[in-house]
Amino acid sequence: MIARSASLTIRTPEGVEFPLPLAGPGARMLALLVDLCCISAISGLVGQVLAVLRLIGDDLAAAATMFAYFALSLGYGIVGEWLWRGQTPGKRLLRLRVMDASGRRLEPGQVVLRNLLRAADMLPAFYLLGGVVCLASSRSQRLGDIAAGTVVVRVEELAPPDLDQLLGSRFNSMLEHRRLSARLRQRTPPELAAAALDAITRREDLEPAARLAVFAGLAGRFRALVEFPPEAVEGLADEQYARNAVEIVFRPSAPTTLRAR
Amino acid sequence: MILDLPRFVDSGRPRWRTLEERVRRLEADPAAKLSLAEIEEFHALYRHACASLARVAPLASEPELKRYLEWLVSRAYCEIHASAAREPFSLRRWFFESFPQAFRRRARAFQVSVALTLLGAAFGALAMGLDADSKAVLMPFGHLQVSPKERVAKEAADRGRDLAGNKGRFSAQLMTHNTRVSFALIALGMTFGTGTFLALFYNGAILGAVVFDYVSGGETAFLLGWLLPHGAVEIPAIVIAGQAGLVLGHALIGHGSRQTLAERMRAATPDLVTLAGGVALMLVWAGIVEAFFSQYHEPVLPYAVKIAFGLVEGALLAVFLSRAGRKEAAA
Repeated sequence: MIARSASLTIRTPEGVEFPLPLAGPGARMLALLVDLCCISAISGLVGQVLAVLRLIGDDLAAAATMFAYFALSLGYGIVGEWLWRGQTPGKRLLRLRVMDASGRRLEPGQVVLRNLLRAADMLPAFYLLGGVVCLASSRSQRLGDIAAGTVVVRVEELAPPDLDQLLGSRFNSMLEHRRLSARLRQRTPPELAAAALDAITRREDLEPAARLAVFAGLAGRFRALVEFPPEAVEGLADEQYARNAVEIVFRPSAPTTLRAR
Repeated sequence: MILDLPRFVDSGRPRWRTLEERVRRLEADPAAKLSLAEIEEFHALYRHACASLARVAPLASEPELKRYLEWLVSRAYCEIHASAAREPFSLRRWFFESFPQAFRRRARAFQVSVALTLLGAAFGALAMGLDADSKAVLMPFGHLQVSPKERVAKEAADRGRDLAGNKGRFSAQLMTHNTRVSFALIALGMTFGTGTFLALFYNGAILGAVVFDYVSGGETAFLLGWLLPHGAVEIPAIVIAGQAGLVLGHALIGHGSRQTLAERMRAATPDLVTLAGGVALMLVWAGIVEAFFSQYHEPVLPYAVKIAFGLVEGALLAVFLSRAGRKEAAA
């Protein structure tokens, strides 16, 4: 069994790497169901509109309806993915996007080919072949994706991190002791600093007991490096102690008074 | 390395934000054209974001910032590394140049497709010749189950009236059904060409059986008058769909190629899409002819007229596929 990856790593010519978070078969199937509902709804609407053609002739109305259904079933994915940069309404709702597997811009030919090859993915019925291939593929690709060189990724909206929110804006009593703070900065090994910042970033994800244990350990390490006077650390919980230490290490110019946000 | 995170974020943020805004604008309008100055600015912003990511990447301490920069670089990379310069799509140029050029580029696959169809046709004819009972298996269509003589007599008596008021529907049915079948023929290329191979053979077997049935039944003129007007375009369209399926299968197998699967597929995609589009257009024409012309037989329409029409069509198609777009390709 091939292990499926959670992300696809792209290495750019500039020498940096970035991951594209891959969408799993479950999310893709849900998006497909939404799209099928949309196609069904649009078909019904188009059928109603084209019924007007019966005034001219039943034969014309029947031919136009047949054409419209065919064009809709085939063109829905192509038009949606091209106009919406790799997204159909279903993918948009599920926050998925079709992308070139090398991270480049999606080409019209790729969009057409991956939709054209649905005929193979749908075999023998209900996307069974495509589903099995998707489950077996390390990049969760169906046959159309493999041929067109595309992947379906999860779309994320991110903003630059807010450092104030990350470190907190409370009064840092330890910063008042400038010489001790400078010594802490000097003695803190990068691994400890990185681990402490990482713990602060992810603190909300930790179980309460684990959170207490992690920050107790970190505070202990910081206390062992530099001993601050009791009045500076009195009443500080382990987590606050670690946050103050991280602020000293990462934000040497941080003011010692309460900041207005 | 310990990074002065606030200073790093403060100094980088304005340029990251600008890049984000430029990327959003490009994403919203894929056809947008940038001036040289804008391209230079975009490139500089992209390189700055890459450099920022390179500085943050080795540090485990800035996961949020790293994630943001990865996200930003991935979106900018997508815009800056487009596969090729895009020209505005022209239907005329596509049909009169790209389609016949793609057809000729993949001539070997077409030859194989023709050979498979002929092989199937020979098998169908042979099967009919050796075992007349195989007709029910080889031609599972109601109107072909009767003897050719009976069919001709029925068509002559109907004088094309059986389709009155239904030609549009019949035509649409033919076009959509044949296009679906052709696209399936292409898609079956994903079975390393095996599915396309078998489907072409089967299609040829039906054709061979029908031809044998009518020729041995002494109805050759009827057969040609019935099949040629639409078949002169429809049969080549199906064979071209098979050609595309074989191209797809060959790209998957990659025999004799040093390229990776992704490179082979990337190289084959434009021709596959072009051939599929050309096949669809050919089948639209064939559907119109079959519903509005082929179904009329003698005495309404003389066979000679229908045969001549089919031959002219076939000749024009052959000239089109072998000649059109040659000058542009050479230029």
